[in-house]
Amino acid sequence: MKNRISDETVAYIGILAKLELSEEERKRAGNDMANMLDYMDKLKELDTSGVAPTSHLFPTENVFREDIVTNGDGQKDALFNAPAKKEHGFLAPKTIGMEEG
Amino acid sequence: MGLMQYGALALGKKIRKKEASVLEAVTEALDAIQEKENVIHSFVTLSDTYALKRAKEVQKQIDDGTLVSPLAGVPVAVKDNLCTRGIRTTCGSKMLEHFVPAYTAEAVSRLENAGAIVIGKTNMDEFAMGSTTETSYFGATRNPWNQEHVPGGSSGGSCAAVAAQECPCALGSDTGGSIRQPAAFCGVTGIKPTYGTVSRYGLVAYGSSLDQIGPIARDVSDCAAVLEAIAAWDQKDATSIARRDMDVTAALVDDVRGMKIGIPKAYFGGGLNREVKEAVLAAAETLKEKGAITEEFEFDLAEYALPAYYVIACAEASSNLARFDGVRYGYRASGYEGLHAMYKKSRSEGFGPEVKRRIMLGAFVLSAGYYDAYYLKALRVKTLIKREFDQAFERYDAILAPAAPTTAPRVGSSLSDPMQMYLGDLYTVSANLAGLPAISVPCGRDQNGLPIGLQLIGDCFQEKKIIRTAYAYEQSRKEWDA
Amino acid sequence: MSGQYETVIGLEVHVELATETKIFCGCSTAFGGTPNAHTCPVCTGMPGALPTLNRKAVEHAIAVGLATNCEITKDCKFDRKHYFYPDNPQNYQISQLYLPICRNGSVAIETEGGGKKQIGIHEIHMEEDAGKLVHDEVENCSIIDFNRSGVPLIEIVSEPDMRSAEEVIAYLEKLRLMIQYLGASDCKLQEGSMRVDVNLSVRRAGSAAYGTRTEMKNLNSFKAITRAIAQEAGRQTKRLASGMCVVQETRRWDDANERSYAMRSKEDAQDYRYFPDPDLAPVHISDAWIEEIRARQPEFRTEKIARYQRVYKLPLYDAEVLTETKEMADFFEAVAAVSGKPKKASNWLMGETMRLLKENGMEAGEIRFCAQHLAKLIALVDDGTISGPVAKEVFAKMFDTDIDPERYVEENGLKTVHDQDALRDALMQALNDNPKSVEDYRNGKEKALGFLVGQTMKAMQGKANPKMALALLKEILSE
Repeated sequence: MKNRISDETVAYIGILAKLELSEEERKRAGNDMANMLDYMDKLKELDTSGVAPTSHLFPTENVFREDIVTNGDGQKDALFNAPAKKEHGFLAPKTIGMEEG
Repeated sequence: MGLMQYGALALGKKIRKKEASVLEAVTEALDAIQEKENVIHSFVTLSDTYALKRAKEVQKQIDDGTLVSPLAGVPVAVKDNLCTRGIRTTCGSKMLEHFVPAYTAEAVSRLENAGAIVIGKTNMDEFAMGSTTETSYFGATRNPWNQEHVPGGSSGGSCAAVAAQECPCALGSDTGGSIRQPAAFCGVTGIKPTYGTVSRYGLVAYGSSLDQIGPIARDVSDCAAVLEAIAAWDQKDATSIARRDMDVTAALVDDVRGMKIGIPKAYFGGGLNREVKEAVLAAAETLKEKGAITEEFEFDLAEYALPAYYVIACAEASSNLARFDGVRYGYRASGYEGLHAMYKKSRSEGFGPEVKRRIMLGAFVLSAGYYDAYYLKALRVKTLIKREFDQAFERYDAILAPAAPTTAPRVGSSLSDPMQMYLGDLYTVSANLAGLPAISVPCGRDQNGLPIGLQLIGDCFQEKKIIRTAYAYEQSRKEWDA
Repeated sequence: MSGQYETVIGLEVHVELATETKIFCGCSTAFGGTPNAHTCPVCTGMPGALPTLNRKAVEHAIAVGLATNCEITKDCKFDRKHYFYPDNPQNYQISQLYLPICRNGSVAIETEGGGKKQIGIHEIHMEEDAGKLVHDEVENCSIIDFNRSGVPLIEIVSEPDMRSAEEVIAYLEKLRLMIQYLGASDCKLQEGSMRVDVNLSVRRAGSAAYGTRTEMKNLNSFKAITRAIAQEAGRQTKRLASGMCVVQETRRWDDANERSYAMRSKEDAQDYRYFPDPDLAPVHISDAWIEEIRARQPEFRTEKIARYQRVYKLPLYDAEVLTETKEMADFFEAVAAVSGKPKKASNWLMGETMRLLKENGMEAGEIRFCAQHLAKLIALVDDGTISGPVAKEVFAKMFDTDIDPERYVEENGLKTVHDQDALRDALMQALNDNPKSVEDYRNGKEKALGFLVGQTMKAMQGKANPKMALALLKEILSE
């Protein structure tokens, strides 16, 4: 394995992806990631200088919608699957651990 | 002969000729499912009440002549990552165990408008991430040919349902081979259309630039009929393409004379199971006998498609799956303190290990300092792969390859080594990277009786060429499933 | 101490674009409404939903870009910006990082000394607005409303070219007026349709390098911006002067307590993992499209002021006052056109109209009467049908309920009395009642005439023609 993924990196990616891993999962995740990155590093064999990245395959462009209201009251549908709701709104916990100073 | 032994078009014809009613078709499908489900487990949710209600409506439309589609009254199974209004849509995940969409995916609506009747939602690898349908939160689906083996994935439920004759056709989605590989493993036919041909509106996204919805059925004709029903430009999907050549059933012609078929050497090297190789090359021989011109060619970048695919698919997945956060829908954990703990706990408990693995990897390749080295690099490699395909299609009408390097593995054998599972996508991912249409058709069985799939890849917008080739092959195919 | 330091300010201004529908779905952008009524699968981030771009939003962004002298990016794309927050339904915001729609522009401001200064525009990018969080005391939770989620925004990012709060306000006022003139947004700070983040650093005067900057958020008025700049410049200067360093951070302004707080959380990594959104097609902006939008651009204030002086022969002062808001300018032009009396229209608008607007805490856009009615009123005074005092009374009525002045004058018998006998009677009465004034006049006090006419007018409930009354009065007194 050429790539090494430190515990700090796994923890950092956990913050970005909002995933909390157990000690065991963390170890495995680091290993799995390193393995996959080794494999992905194969791409580095190819010289891609001067090659434009393709984010969209086909040259479709300017797909627009006209500025006309087409949707009606979506409240009921929006809230139907809400794990917690109140007064026509979704309920979410507050942020804690915000340092102020 | 029971109605579920007929293909989609044959059943549709019986219904139109009043030899069977829509209600009978739906009832027999539900009975077949009832009988086989505890062994095969193709479905996550059955929409029996809805299907019976729809059966009456469709029958009425057929009777009064307002519905003349060849698929009118035909039961269809829908992969559980396609939203269906009022019917829960789980994506094979605990995260969406109780999620009931408020709208129906465009492809499903189109199929329903053609008179097909949704009888249930099929099992799949969680969020379509996997090649075995074992990562589903709702348990593994079994291969109808041999229950010790997996059906492939991620559209394993849809392919198993068709193979087990629980219904004549189904919808699947293909991000890196998720229609073609399970179709091969289950001995059914599946098509991944050109990117943009079928609207993705309502398909729960995995890799947005790679995902396409496609048909799964017993033969090429049924697949073509379903594809014809679902392919259409859609204002709601900005990547949807308006095409005038989607009358693909017109390509069901038994004639491949002069058709040029390229066989990429790189797809027949080490790592390819001997029996699979022999069956696929025998199919090439059959086409040659029918007048096609076959030729081997070098496909230099073949080995780079898979790493590029995993970078792009994981990056997009990490982004697409960010919305599952326990706020508006889906699983919310209990016992957390504060917002971020709620996010982490809900996502960590709601997603299975394979999904978490890909989200982590995707977040990593997009994170500061790695974006250029991995993500951008993969997009550049994608450009090169597309270019190489363009060059190949200057010479060939279709590219012939195996759909998978092996036949269906045993249940449980893939999960221990994710890397090995990823390698199973070797022959399918490049069509997704380049947006190309591809079809998988049964072409034999191995010594254990497990089906082998032949893959035909076409140039973009050339569905008709691969459908014609596959259809012609099918007409001359030996009785492979005898 | 502060003399040795210089304040360097750049602004990030978010403006909600005035479209009927959201940027990526057909939901209404109407302000308010019951929570989550203006939502659909797209703007609530439902699984499987896909965005489709609103053409009008792109056109507004191009229009603002042209007005701020930007280069328009011919091929622009949208990118996903990832961060988790409950008001962000997909947990990524669709924005533009790599290819923003407008770049390298500038806005000229007038400085205190009367000079001009160019403020550079680094870029303008398009993005979607977030939902709204309301704190719920009972549950100790946030309640989320996605009505605002997906409302189109542009973010106008300036270069760090401003050096004082005065320059900042001048820039913002210029920008706001320009955007209002374009009809691209109403730019209301209080309602949040214009939101300003201040990036501020200080450095030793004469230094070429920039200091470490902070970003100040939650600034809801020009006053708050001014106070926050003073406070933050002071805070940073104090730190630097005492040998401490400034930490690069985002701070939240607390206007009530006139201080700011650092917003920090170990859960925020500030690593947005941008990548091109695969769901949206790239936007190609052709020269023809740009020219089409350029041709539709309205006349801006400077051009209007010149034209008002040239075409309407208005004094500079009138032209400046009338063009302060686009609504007032538009209204003036309408009245001028119908009445054919631009100066009189200007007088009514700058005088009574603005006085009553101010008194009622209203803005020009809220004027209830129509241009035709004001034009009629002007005509009624001009042809002597009613007197000035009556006109003011009619105007007040019209300001409240947009009555038709002609009918109102007719129905309420407010027409000036042209009957010489009645006027003579009333004047005689006034002379009899005010012998002292008559005497004053005879002793050379011309002012007394005005008083007598006033008394007459009063007696006739304003319906007399004051000019006629004055002439007749002089005639009577000379008899």
